[in-house]
Amino acid sequence: MRRTRPVVVGGISLAVAAIIFIVPFFFIFLQAVKSRSEASRLNFDLPKEWLLWDNFLAVVEARNYQLLLAYFNSTLITVFSVTILVVLSAMVGYVMQRRRSRWNGVAQVAVLIGLMMPPAVVPTIGLLQSIGLFKTMTGMVLIQVAYNLSFSTLLYRSFIGTIPRDLDGAALIDGAKPWQIFFRVVMPLLKPVTVTNIVVQSIAIFNDFTNPLYYLPGKENVTVQLTLYNFQSMYTSQYNLLFMNILLVTIPPLIVFIFFNRQIVAGMTAGGVKG
Amino acid sequence: MVEAQRPKRKSPYPLWFFLPAAIIYGVLFLVPTATSFWYSLTRWDLMTAEYIGLENFRQFFSEPFLVQGLINTLIYAVMTSGLKTIFGLLLAVLLTSNLIARGFLRTVVFFPVLVSTIGIGITFTVMMHPTRGIINVALEAIGIDGPGWLTDPALALFSVALVDLWKGVGLATLIFIAGLAAISPDYYEASRIDGATRMQQFRRITLPLVWPATVTVITLSLIGGLRSFDLIWAMTKGGPGFSSDVVASVIYKQYQAGFYGLSTAGNVILFGLIAVIMVPLTVMFNRREVEQ
Amino acid sequence: MTLRMKTRLTVATALTALLLSGTAFADTTLTFLVDNNADSVAAAEALATAYSEKHPDVTVEVEQRPGGGEGDNIVKTRLATGEMTDVFLYNSGSLLQALKPESSLLDVSDLPSQAKVAAGFKSVVSADGKVYGVPYGTTMAGGIFYNRKIYAELGLTPPKTWADFMANNEKIKAAGKVAVAQTYRDTWTSQLFVLADYYNLQAQVPNFAADYTANKAKYATTPAAVKGFERLQEVHDKGLLNEDFGAGTYDDGLRMVASGEAAHYPMLSFAIGALKQNYPDELADVGFFAQPGDDAANNGLTVWMPPAVYIPKTTSNAEEAKKFADFVGSVDGCKAIMAVNTVQGPPLIDGCDLPADVPAAISDMLPYFKDGKTAPALEFLSPIKGPALEQITVEVGSGMRPAAEAAALYDEDVRKQAKQLGIPNW
Repeated sequence: MRRTRPVVVGGISLAVAAIIFIVPFFFIFLQAVKSRSEASRLNFDLPKEWLLWDNFLAVVEARNYQLLLAYFNSTLITVFSVTILVVLSAMVGYVMQRRRSRWNGVAQVAVLIGLMMPPAVVPTIGLLQSIGLFKTMTGMVLIQVAYNLSFSTLLYRSFIGTIPRDLDGAALIDGAKPWQIFFRVVMPLLKPVTVTNIVVQSIAIFNDFTNPLYYLPGKENVTVQLTLYNFQSMYTSQYNLLFMNILLVTIPPLIVFIFFNRQIVAGMTAGGVKG
Repeated sequence: MVEAQRPKRKSPYPLWFFLPAAIIYGVLFLVPTATSFWYSLTRWDLMTAEYIGLENFRQFFSEPFLVQGLINTLIYAVMTSGLKTIFGLLLAVLLTSNLIARGFLRTVVFFPVLVSTIGIGITFTVMMHPTRGIINVALEAIGIDGPGWLTDPALALFSVALVDLWKGVGLATLIFIAGLAAISPDYYEASRIDGATRMQQFRRITLPLVWPATVTVITLSLIGGLRSFDLIWAMTKGGPGFSSDVVASVIYKQYQAGFYGLSTAGNVILFGLIAVIMVPLTVMFNRREVEQ
Repeated sequence: MTLRMKTRLTVATALTALLLSGTAFADTTLTFLVDNNADSVAAAEALATAYSEKHPDVTVEVEQRPGGGEGDNIVKTRLATGEMTDVFLYNSGSLLQALKPESSLLDVSDLPSQAKVAAGFKSVVSADGKVYGVPYGTTMAGGIFYNRKIYAELGLTPPKTWADFMANNEKIKAAGKVAVAQTYRDTWTSQLFVLADYYNLQAQVPNFAADYTANKAKYATTPAAVKGFERLQEVHDKGLLNEDFGAGTYDDGLRMVASGEAAHYPMLSFAIGALKQNYPDELADVGFFAQPGDDAANNGLTVWMPPAVYIPKTTSNAEEAKKFADFVGSVDGCKAIMAVNTVQGPPLIDGCDLPADVPAAISDMLPYFKDGKTAPALEFLSPIKGPALEQITVEVGSGMRPAAEAAALYDEDVRKQAKQLGIPNW
């Protein structure tokens, strides 16, 4: 009885997941391998001719290999912004959770404002221009950090509560400096939430569309979501290439997720030590 | 509490930890946002801004479909965040239990988060087509006459909310999984020895200990739901007509029309609305956290 | 493994190509921002190539932006922040006026090519008597595409009055076909019956555009102006539409009228480009007529102007940019565009004649121009166009709101826009 239960539950979940989650992706994949006129019908019919490789090449080669440049730019922005984000927001979340000071209220209000208020595009461009960061990678990275800090801080703040204070106290008695305690003792314990942060933020930033559109104009600065515009416009769309492009830009975040998914599992087994 | 009141000894939680984040956030987010508040009092075409007092606010409040938009916003936010919290927690419990194909299922549940809203919008619009869509074709096969999911004005908003759940539940699940991962197995071990059933374990151990994650999910998805319009825009553009408009899509339409002062005023109003809902909620959550 | 090697090689070649194209032998690089519509991009690339052949020291780099409202915002933001490309493509008429051309764009009135540009076009790219753009494509028209096979089968003739049109529709419906295709999934397509009725409105109320701009004439209180909304309501109420009009897309509409699933599809003539691309074999079956009014003797066409190429004041390559704009507005430039794109109506540049074999829908359009039976669409006569028109017309066309009420609601929308633009008398 005990042994069959996971199989039964797993089997049922698999069936439900198949219907709810896989059918839409089957649709996307199907359009991506069709010819242009077949894909324009947008249906579940199997393609007469499987054009997986042709469509793949058409998307990669479009506009002088723009997609490869976009992969490069998006990856660069993502890696730097997520690294900075994780460190800075963990520091803020840590002090916010541990120390009671009048700055806490300020920080909390700031976090909420960041989640609630949409950014103001034109004043931001003016500001970036005046400090010489407009149309630069550095500027884009800092914008992503500023816009996503609230979200990451909120995640860290709530999870740092689950780490017993005795641990930092013990380290303090050992004569460790505050930053040593934080980076050597606390950060390693935050692995599950750090992984969550990395996964969520790298996807959000990699897939960001609006901010690069405004803050990083220029053909050489193209990012992945902007490549979708090669195949979709207000009036006509090449759905086969559009969906192929969607699939291709989904792959890097998927790899990130699959890789870090293991880390979450590893974090769970390590969780026993924490109690 | 105690640390902050010991003036002589340096706190192990130094306030300078706030500094780097505060500088980036303050300069690149708060300053421009504060500037934009002034523009809400102007007629603004991006090149010149002419002060017109509260005219934009008056205009925004007289938008013909604003009341309906407000009601839609609340329905959409409560529905998506409620469902994401419930399904997120259930999926997280399921996907951390001993299950075959666990890693695969997690990837499958999370995959929608990765895919661009444009692609999901097109896909579901096609699947929800009233006559050719696979949903209604399947319903017809079992003898049900499917509705016009996106073309019926009474139904469009709910259909989009369901797709939003589909797209966003993976994120809620992931946050819950991280929360569950922090719970020590010792608790379950001990309670099992005491003879607790799985349901009792869930209510007495899982639910209270996963509370910080729950607060995070509710906060993020509620604010997200109140502000969100990208999926609505991709699937119905607020239509048919104005029937699935939310406050954020009304604002976006003003922005698209080039009414920059008016859309900024709309943002200030939406900000006020979210604050009225979120501030008391956050205070309540914090109190509960302290009690624990 | 081999796959990975290949990919790596491709990356390397691509990067080299990028580097080379940047430094090869071009002394000047002009940047050129266009919307991402396939036709616009194809024409831009063709112009860039043709221009570089003539001027090897200049490279024109085409950059894309989204179309529609998002595109308007990009253009305005980049102009306002001084980050616009050296030349850019944008709408003519009311949308151009919203850019404040006098303060943001370079005057191109004295380009040699302007001598051959039609006066009607110059008027929609001018402000304060100065011309700011050169045409990018041909004239367009708004009217009704029809399926010639259905017309031949049922022995119908293109209608000259609305009553004839409805009579045709009833016969088509009786023959078991869809009389009028409507596609409200792409909301913008719902406006055609209202916008393309402008010739008829102007025929009855010649002063409408001026009075409307001056806040004296209203849609709801001008019977000839409500007509457009009423006609949209009528085709819905008489059950002439395709069953799934609420979920139909622009492409569905084109397919239906090309394949004969539907007899009529009201649309702008730029659809000919998409028809040719997606349904080349059926293109000859598609004809075109103006949206008919009440008077058979005065049956005319509502005309749209193509977008134009402009130069921002902030460019650092003003002289080169002007030379390129001059080329775009010349007969050579016009021919370069025609070589890659299907024409959508009569040309605007003297000496740039239409090719001999134009699609049937274009030949149907030409007599209106020859007889002088045309009127520009309202958006080229007045800076005011309410942003919510497409939502309102979806409501009318779906039977959710009666025509008279919709016209009044649209007047409110128009009032808001006029106030936001700071137009006097509002």
